[in-house]
Amino acid sequence: MPDREKFPVHTGGVENFDLESGRYMKVWQGPQHPGVTGNMALELVTSGDEIVDLKTHVGYLHRGFEKLMERRKWIQNFPLVCRICVPEPDFNEYLYAAATEELAGIEIPERAVWIRTLNLEMARLTSFLMWLGGQAGAFGMGTIGQWTVTMRDFMLDLFEELTGGRIYHMYIVPGGVRGDVPQGWFSHVLTTLKNVEKVLDDIELVLFNNAVFKKRAVGLGVITPDMVDYYGITGPNARASGVARDIRKDRSYLIYDKLDFDIITGISIGVDSDIFGRTRLRAAEMRQSISLIRQMIDKMPEGPVHVSPPNVLHWKIPAGETYLSAECTRGEYGYYIVSDGSDKPRRVYVRGPSYTHAVALFEHMAPGTNIADTAGLMVSLHTYPPEIER
Amino acid sequence: MSIKDIIAPFAVWKRAFEKPWTIKKPIDDRPGADRYRGFHKNDGDTCIGCGTCETICQNAAIDMVPVDGVQGDGGDSGLRPQIDYGRCCWCALCVDICTTGSLTMSNRYVWTDNDPDVYRFIPGYDSKEWDNAETGYSRPEGYSLLKEERVEMPALSVEEGLKSFVEMIKGYSAEQAVKEADRCVECGICVAECPAHMDIPGYIRAVREGNIDEGMRLLYETNPFPASCGRICTHRCEEVCSIGHNGDSVAIRWLKRYIADQVELEDYGKALPRPEENTGKKIAVIGAGPGGLTAAYYLRMLGHDVAVLEARKAGGGMLRYGIPEYRLPYDQLDKDIEYIRGLGVEIRYSINVDAESFKNLEKDYDALFFSTGLSDPYKLGIDGEDNPRVFGGLAVLDEVTAGKDPKLGKTVGVIGGGNVAMDAARTARRYGAEVTVLYRRRVVDMPADIEEIEEAAEEGITIIPQAIPLRVEDAADGKVGFVWNMAEMVDDPDGGRPRPQPIKGEIHTFVCDSLISAVGQGTNLPYLPEESESGVAVKRYKPVVDERGQTGNPGIFAGGDIVNSRKDAVSAIGDGHAAALSIDRFLMKKEA
Repeated sequence: MPDREKFPVHTGGVENFDLESGRYMKVWQGPQHPGVTGNMALELVTSGDEIVDLKTHVGYLHRGFEKLMERRKWIQNFPLVCRICVPEPDFNEYLYAAATEELAGIEIPERAVWIRTLNLEMARLTSFLMWLGGQAGAFGMGTIGQWTVTMRDFMLDLFEELTGGRIYHMYIVPGGVRGDVPQGWFSHVLTTLKNVEKVLDDIELVLFNNAVFKKRAVGLGVITPDMVDYYGITGPNARASGVARDIRKDRSYLIYDKLDFDIITGISIGVDSDIFGRTRLRAAEMRQSISLIRQMIDKMPEGPVHVSPPNVLHWKIPAGETYLSAECTRGEYGYYIVSDGSDKPRRVYVRGPSYTHAVALFEHMAPGTNIADTAGLMVSLHTYPPEIER
Repeated sequence: MSIKDIIAPFAVWKRAFEKPWTIKKPIDDRPGADRYRGFHKNDGDTCIGCGTCETICQNAAIDMVPVDGVQGDGGDSGLRPQIDYGRCCWCALCVDICTTGSLTMSNRYVWTDNDPDVYRFIPGYDSKEWDNAETGYSRPEGYSLLKEERVEMPALSVEEGLKSFVEMIKGYSAEQAVKEADRCVECGICVAECPAHMDIPGYIRAVREGNIDEGMRLLYETNPFPASCGRICTHRCEEVCSIGHNGDSVAIRWLKRYIADQVELEDYGKALPRPEENTGKKIAVIGAGPGGLTAAYYLRMLGHDVAVLEARKAGGGMLRYGIPEYRLPYDQLDKDIEYIRGLGVEIRYSINVDAESFKNLEKDYDALFFSTGLSDPYKLGIDGEDNPRVFGGLAVLDEVTAGKDPKLGKTVGVIGGGNVAMDAARTARRYGAEVTVLYRRRVVDMPADIEEIEEAAEEGITIIPQAIPLRVEDAADGKVGFVWNMAEMVDDPDGGRPRPQPIKGEIHTFVCDSLISAVGQGTNLPYLPEESESGVAVKRYKPVVDERGQTGNPGIFAGGDIVNSRKDAVSAIGDGHAAALSIDRFLMKKEA
């Protein structure tokens, strides 16, 4: 266990730096800045072009989701939770629905479980596509962003056909999924995956075999394995440092135990735990998602996709509490739901990985880096501010 | 780092020659997917304005508003959803929960306008270019947010039921009642349709929350006959129930019965309000049927002294003498009546009112309400109907109520298609007879409750529709023959319901031991003085009253079957309540 001296708790003590001395300058990056993901502000103290201190400011995106949910009936929350994390709403939908079902004692049909898993893996791929464009863009390679966002749009086409919506799918509902897979949809998925793979092949050449990217990304933003538990790091950020931690394997949920895949770590693909390594690892996880989606399409069982809850207007869920988690693109995503036996949740708490990554970890990692690398460093942690501010 | 890291990125030069993916809107259009959740559509003919979409909308984007040309009657609230696209998030919960399936979505997703007010619109009424779009989101098959199957009512088997006059319907258990009450969406369409305007969503909510006293209080706000109505009401409410559009309607009647069944008569007083302070006004009510006793109850509650005069030996009117015990046990009817009597309403039995005493009553009392029901059976109007083997439907039921065997024989024919015909047929069946019902129109045209027709068929009663009576004649072995002509249905040129027209040569004779004639009954008002004396006008055998039950004489009021066209218990109760309020206004000189 690392001690406090090694990883000092950040105090945000900007006043420690004598700004009058002329050695330091305070720079605000965000909340409106292309180098900051989402609406979040970074208060930087620089010395020359080196960052000597960083304080993060959140709150620009606070919409009070958790409180709102306490005033809505159980069924009325599924259109709300997807907004907590815009690029990958499905994890919110799944966790809210699954936790509600657990409290209510509802078993959902097998096909619904498979479709949910398929949906989540597609969301993972879609979210990584956008992130990859951002990561490359942060180092000045905007073209890659154009390719990946195009591919993401084709993935969104698939979501549109399946769920009726491109961004907010509102598809995984308490009781199953909202509708069965449309005719011919699987083959459309397979075609799209092939196109995505072609782009990934090109990105292999243009990003991972690129002297410019290597020069900037290798050795920057290193996460060591002993930081993982101290900062509560999960997901690819932890795996790149060599810690084999993946909820899909560790606490097998949905149908992940029926699919063939291994946890990808920095060690298994032979990269260091820096920005380059994390990018590499996520690209490998994209290919893993593609493989999982193909496996699921192959083995998808037939049957109903939904069980009806009681009349949702008076749906009361027995008193109880539960915490469910899932492996989203950024790590452990969790929902803690308490029911007091009424027709509305008593408390919904959302545990998102961005909070630990974007605040504590980022504030620790930034000092000592170059101001030009701030954006790339932040993107490499893959954080989404809307999910910090529930 | 190697030389490859410098050269490799150039390998993707080929992408510079690729065709762009960008869609050049508006030159190229890109339609939304087949189940895209785009702009709303609403089928105005299917929509009943139940407002469940408004209830479920988590953004409060939907308001129910009146729309020109939409009438609020017959199970339609007259309101339609107006959607505010400044609040809508296109989650389609409104589409999923729509009770009739009228609300859907198109796959259109682009709409620009420089007037911000147009984005609050009424789908289906404010015409939009996507109104006829074929694709877009609609509720997937098998996906439902409401419970569509009714909780099954425990009942005696048909064989058991036929053995005696024991009540057939057993009533819900607490668990069943709560489960059934859970199905209600509280739209209130039923309230408008109920002749007594009962607070149906309110008392169903009381069942759901286990608050029986509150349920009793709500029942008695508009109906002092819950134990009876909970059994035999014609439940027009259930016919318009919004849940009934896509499944079984909520068992409103059984839930009412459930509440009344949970409370013993001694405990009624704990749940229900007491009468107001005495006003010193005296009112006479003629007829102790549901209409008369309802008026008596509400007048008593308002603090007036009420005397009810009844010609028969017991109260309840048609509820007692027209409805067999297996549908409404007498102890349940007595429970309702006893509570009213216990509040201080004086009921005098075996008192026949004639024109002379009517005039005296008018003098002695501050106001008069009469509700004497329909007691004069219509004639068949055919030859031989005075045959001694032809009985009146009501007369048969009356005799059975008095505990006498009507001695109908082994085969019985019943002529008519109303509730009295069905009750008489099923009563005869319980005396072991083979029963055949003959009706001049089709089964769907029968005025009887559909349940009564179905239950009659289950009990082995044959129904011969489209049988026009021709004559009654003697048959061999002391039997009676009913000669009838097969009819075909022809459309009414005036647009009315189809009419039976005899088919030439299709003449049959039905031979049986007894014939029961039950083709309806009319008013019998021998006690009513001439209009010049009483001020009460009679038109087409009915006393003329205004919507508040007041006759031409401001102190005389009338209600029930003799006045309204529905001719059922709950309409009489509605009339009685309305008349009680008008009498109070008249006596206490209150403003309407």
